[in-house]
Parts: sequence; structure tokens; C-alpha cells
Amino acid sequence: MIFIRLVQTPIELVDWSSKIDDPDTGAHAWFAGVTRRKTTTASGAVRITKTLHYQAHQSMAEAQLRQLAEQAKQRYSLAAVVIVHRLGEVPIGQASVLVGCSSAHRSDAFAALPWIMDRLKADVPIWKRETYMDESTEWIHP
Amino acid sequence: MTSTAPLRILLFAGVRDAAGCDVANVTVDDPVTAAKVIETVAAQIPAAAPLIGVSRLAVDGQYVAPDHVIDCSDVELALIPPVSGG
Repeated sequence: MIFIRLVQTPIELVDWSSKIDDPDTGAHAWFAGVTRRKTTTASGAVRITKTLHYQAHQSMAEAQLRQLAEQAKQRYSLAAVVIVHRLGEVPIGQASVLVGCSSAHRSDAFAALPWIMDRLKADVPIWKRETYMDESTEWIHP
Repeated sequence: MTSTAPLRILLFAGVRDAAGCDVANVTVDDPVTAAKVIETVAAQIPAAAPLIGVSRLAVDGQYVAPDHVIDCSDVELALIPPVSGG
């Protein structure tokens, strides 16, 4: 099973944990990306973030996330994959993304999470805008 | 012989803010490549030209190569600057 959602409300693991249930799996693995307060720039300066805002090309992001989940499912023999990304305002310390997967053995579920996250961060059309403590804002385009 | 065609390109994030709108309307030669479309949008929004220069074009929700030839009649075009989800 594959579940892909873009949501505007807080992401709670408990709402999604049963989506990867499968009686033939022995491993459930989860990753939550959480909004961070402190960023150290390449020059060593520290910037303090007040809040973050996420924007997406929604239809394309959903399609790309589904493609990514299907590839991961095949590559790592996963029973199920959940990818949830929050859009709009995400206060510091809250989850902006949740990825979960289940597999027969732990090695596949462990390996699938960074594989999915690396590709999500490279290709899925979602952007974050930082608002710093001095109220300045910046879109992040790495 | 080439003709021209109007294109509507969805804008996002830093490019959208620099343009002050969420769509760029440009006129291009028909046929036209993805690279030429990006170049045309950059010329129209000079404040975001460096960012547009490192952006990719998506056609109907799929990234296309710079030499991809756009079908001007029936596609959704989106300019995708470097992404930062997660």
C-alpha cells in the first residue's frame, strides 16, 4: 500500500502508524523531519528561525511522491510506504515531513528511509521559506 | 518556417516572489525548447534571472531535459527552482 498526503495541519505519527501494518512484515521504520530553530551558515554565522512556511506545486509534488514511493517499494521490497508533507506555516519543533515504511526484515526498511528522503529533497517541488527572528524572510533554494 | 505562440508558465517560491505573480506569460517561437523557455522567462523577470538560470522546467508534472521540444498547444508548464522540501 502507498499513502501520499500533502496536509495543512500538524502531522501526528499516531494518525499514520497503522497505514503500514502488514502481517508479513517484521520491521516498521519511520522518519520525521522537524523544523529547526538554529541554522549555521557556510560562513559560520548562526541564524535563528522564528517560523517556516512550505509551498508546493501540489499536483506535481503528489505525483512525484507517489512515483518515489513506488520506486522505493520495488527497490527495497517494502510492503507499504507512507509519505506525508505539511504545507503552509510550520512552527519550530513540529514535523514538516513524515516517511514510514514496512518490510519483512529491518535492513530494507532502514535503508529505504534515507533513499526516499534524499530524492524527496532533490526533486519533489516543495519549497520552504524561513522567517528569522528579525522578521526577514528567505526562500531556501539550495 | 516558424511561428510564435503564447505560453503560460507557473512560478513558485523565490521566482514567484520576485515576479510578484504566480504565472509568467511569454511569447516564444513555436517549436521551442525547454532551455529557450527558461531563458525567455529569465529575460522577463531580471530580478530572479540567476535563480531562474538554475531552475528546471516541468511539463505536465514531469521534469524535461533542456533540449526537450515543448508542444505549445496543450501543456501545463511549471518553472521549478531548486527545491527545499523535507
